[in-house]
Amino acid sequence: MGTTPPTALLICEHCDTVYRRRALVRGDVALCVRCDAELERHHALSVNAMLALILTAFIVFVQANMWPIVTLGLSGQHNSTTLWGMIIAMWREQAQVISVLVAFTLFFFPLGKMLTLGWLLWFARRGRRAPGFVRLMVALHHFGPWTMSEVFVLGALVAIVKAHTYFDVVADPGIYAYAALTLLITIFAGVDLRQLWDEPLESPA
Amino acid sequence: MSALLRADELGLIACRVCGLVCRNVPGDERLNGDDVGDAMACPRCGTTLHRRKPNSYARTWALLIAAFIMYIPANLLPIMRTASLNDVDDNTIISGVVELWRAGSPNLAVIVFTASIVVPVLKFLALGALLVSSQLGSDWARVQRAKLFRLVELIGYWSMLDVFVVALLTALVRFSVLSLVEPLPGVIFFGLTVVLTMLASMSFDPRLIWDGRDIDE
Repeated sequence: MGTTPPTALLICEHCDTVYRRRALVRGDVALCVRCDAELERHHALSVNAMLALILTAFIVFVQANMWPIVTLGLSGQHNSTTLWGMIIAMWREQAQVISVLVAFTLFFFPLGKMLTLGWLLWFARRGRRAPGFVRLMVALHHFGPWTMSEVFVLGALVAIVKAHTYFDVVADPGIYAYAALTLLITIFAGVDLRQLWDEPLESPA
Repeated sequence: MSALLRADELGLIACRVCGLVCRNVPGDERLNGDDVGDAMACPRCGTTLHRRKPNSYARTWALLIAAFIMYIPANLLPIMRTASLNDVDDNTIISGVVELWRAGSPNLAVIVFTASIVVPVLKFLALGALLVSSQLGSDWARVQRAKLFRLVELIGYWSMLDVFVVALLTALVRFSVLSLVEPLPGVIFFGLTVVLTMLASMSFDPRLIWDGRDIDE
């Protein structure tokens, strides 16, 4: 044990079993023999590919937030809303808790995650550790489960179907941007961000 | 493959944030200003290292019970009011599902039912069962219990679905006297239930499933 560098070992987070790390090839997923949890998978996306995905996601995210999501029509009147329209409406209707919850899970956390990743990857691309690398990587770990854009897309679909009974419903560009964002999130879901810890990066001088 | 050794037996700890394998040296206080027993910080990311998540049982129980208490008014109180010229209609979670079914979308009704009723109830039952069985040090169906926990973590946040539906409808249906949608207190309790169950599953340490009777908190 004495001579084994710590990065040569791997511990299953779900059951504490220790493994010696093996080189993985494309498509490989290492599973824990004891509890069947995923230990590690081959990094299918290069730093460049991840950066490209994040930039795309950022552009789509801006559009998803600027453009109205849906328009309802009732006897000549029309109403549409954006994400922030929702957040403000919930605040005014005495549901501030929900307003804050929506603002964080659909706006601040996803935005924070994308900006942080973009920043880290931008530097990683040049083989460098971004300023604030450690703190940002820790923050990224904590954002993890609190971004819910993909749940919102399904929620919007349900709301549209419910409203369809009483109103004329027109899907606006925002909903398509959200659908595209969900697709990008799904592609990114298989990425283990811990790989950034292992990249051979130089610390900023 | 020879016997599967656990980090604990080898005197190792995995950092819960960055995954780095660290040597467990009690008394090695590299974390200045914070002396929680034998607190030691991960050399790579600075997170305090713990053999197991601290007070996992107590925290998970507390959060789970709090979530359950919130879940009662979430279901009994209406979550949304629909007002139009000639009537006012208060919807609970379950009446919303029924209405969606009647409106001709049984598929979506099943999805909403799953997200709002099945997932939270599954979380209460699953986490409760995991807590009890681990506290008893049971070795019954460990692999299945480990998988159950990962399922709970994976699907947990989809329960937020109904909250987003209410928020979107509130913002959209604003036709002064003709038609209005307002959120009602039930949706707040439901949102809190989802957040609390997510926190509960995060504070449960799945490694406890594999710890025998001899290893306690």
